[in-house]
Amino acid sequence: MRLERRNAPPASLILLSIGLVVGLMALSGSALIYAAGAPVWASWGAMFTGAFGSKLAITETLTRATPLMFTGLACALAFRSRLWNIGAEGQLYAGALAVAALGSGAIDAPAVVLIPLVMFAAALAGAAMLLGPALLKRYMNVDDVVTTLLLNFIMALFVSIMIQGPMRDPLAMGWPQSMHVLDSITLDKLISQSRLHTGLLLGLALCALLALVESRSVFGLQRRAVGLNPHAAHFAGIPATRVLLWTAVGSGGLAGLAGAVEVMGLRGYVAGDLSPGYGYAGVIVAMLAQLHPLGVPAAAMLVASVFVGADAMSRAFNVPSFIADVMVSLSLLSMMGASFFLSYRVRR
Amino acid sequence: MNEAIDLFFTASLWAAVFRIATPLIFGMLGELICERAGVVNLGIEGIMTFGALSAWLAVFHGCDLWTGMLVAAASGAAFGLLHALLTVPMAQSQHVTGLGITLLATSLVSFIYRLAVPAKSTPPTIMPFQPVDLPFLNAPFLAATAPTYLALGLAAVVAYVLWRTPLGLAIRMAGEHPQGAQAQGINVLILRTGCVMVGSAIMALGGAFLSLAAFNSFVINMVQGRGWMALALVVFGAWRPGLALLGALLYAWFDAYQLRLQHVFPGVPYQIFLMAPYVLSIAVLIPMSRRASGPQALMMPFVKGER
Repeated sequence: MRLERRNAPPASLILLSIGLVVGLMALSGSALIYAAGAPVWASWGAMFTGAFGSKLAITETLTRATPLMFTGLACALAFRSRLWNIGAEGQLYAGALAVAALGSGAIDAPAVVLIPLVMFAAALAGAAMLLGPALLKRYMNVDDVVTTLLLNFIMALFVSIMIQGPMRDPLAMGWPQSMHVLDSITLDKLISQSRLHTGLLLGLALCALLALVESRSVFGLQRRAVGLNPHAAHFAGIPATRVLLWTAVGSGGLAGLAGAVEVMGLRGYVAGDLSPGYGYAGVIVAMLAQLHPLGVPAAAMLVASVFVGADAMSRAFNVPSFIADVMVSLSLLSMMGASFFLSYRVRR
Repeated sequence: MNEAIDLFFTASLWAAVFRIATPLIFGMLGELICERAGVVNLGIEGIMTFGALSAWLAVFHGCDLWTGMLVAAASGAAFGLLHALLTVPMAQSQHVTGLGITLLATSLVSFIYRLAVPAKSTPPTIMPFQPVDLPFLNAPFLAATAPTYLALGLAAVVAYVLWRTPLGLAIRMAGEHPQGAQAQGINVLILRTGCVMVGSAIMALGGAFLSLAAFNSFVINMVQGRGWMALALVVFGAWRPGLALLGALLYAWFDAYQLRLQHVFPGVPYQIFLMAPYVLSIAVLIPMSRRASGPQALMMPFVKGER
């Protein structure tokens, strides 16, 4: 038995692979619901109505998808150039801290100036956090997976120091959380009486912009070349180092923005539970989207709907809401399996 | 400051060093076997967590402690098989698959624990491994449990097998030059798969040590990044069991020392001490990685006939 590389997978296989991923998700989900002793069909019903059943449910799913879109884009961007950024979680918190530091009264400026300024600062903070590992990878040969992973833990502890110490909100009844950001930089709600905010539009715009950059710009071509074959790219005169570092800046910046929109659009402050693993889920979103920027919104919606739906299901039938995490991580693994058939042809 | 120096000589510090080092030694050895065969296993954190739960659940339901360790090893091997299946014959990204394994294993742990143990304020406990004294070595200050000795013995076995046996040569060849190994008649796909399964089983033992020896109950976050530490230790030890073992002990010593230092310096935020091992890991990786000679085919999937 031997493997043969495919140039482009046929459309029928792509559809089949999506079917495989969704099918495995449904199968594993049913098994877990059954194991929890809940009625399978009714639980799926509760999950679906919880994620899409009403206007409120849909806005909630979109709200949850917003940060996933940013972290998913961040991972997709980095992975395409073979920069293994597993640190989106830490970069998200770096961005959130930057917003809380600058946006809660430290700078007094009109909203038109202040909003872009704090967002830029958040992107910068995230970018700085990834630039370190990228530089270490390039010049010192340090494995980027390990450094970006460890930085997540360092950042989580740093956040804990800041919100218990210098940035603590004295009015928060003893809860460790940062000061509220100014009302002027709070993102507008898209639909009244929901939690959906304009961060969603920013995320969608960035997906479109990145899709253009990837397919229509020199930088996009260089990035893909570096990802496909670094040696060939170098031979073709592509400045691999510059491409890697700019990719790091872009990826870290996007993850930093995820933290910014969560603070400015939803929470209003930084706390230790700002992100329930959006950084790690970003890896899943990126892989489900097959690293394509236009696939990211759909993948983020899928992941978000599983999480929001599982919350509803666990309220209704007492199935642990961790079922969402299991289903989503299984979807990642089944996607890996599917992409084998997409990239290789098996010959006898 | 005197107090800080006094701490250095206490027996309890040294007992703590071996207790802290044991899960790291298991994890490091497991990862080292995988990586020597050419497969990075980022599933380590999740596999250790699952090992901790499965071992604890087995003992909680009446099995004896060593059966618990076996259950953990079997669960680790199962996750290893899944990782190997996707990365070895199916040639998928080892990074992403490994991360997926970690996410799957940790979320399964949360799900199963929630179902298996009714929510209470204090987690139920078991009777853990007790410290044993070696008859020929009168060192009560170690106060180590049997799995600690197992970990130390395993380090010697792994070093021996990898460097002094034909099997070890074949494993290292699969990690250095799989095409060459295949030309020698070695089935690289099977060898790599086997190594990932054995390695993952050993990692899971590290998790089992936490819930069966270091503590007497299971807590969801009990592995707390030890898997990632083990990953860094493999690089630190330049993919050699002896050096990596030394690194694990050094790290454990530092960790035990910082726990005690926290009480000496109450003014410093405690998070600084918790952060120190992570910062130290990165700092140590920088000089080590530069001249590190890891397996040449690490992270490179082997596809027959493709160069």
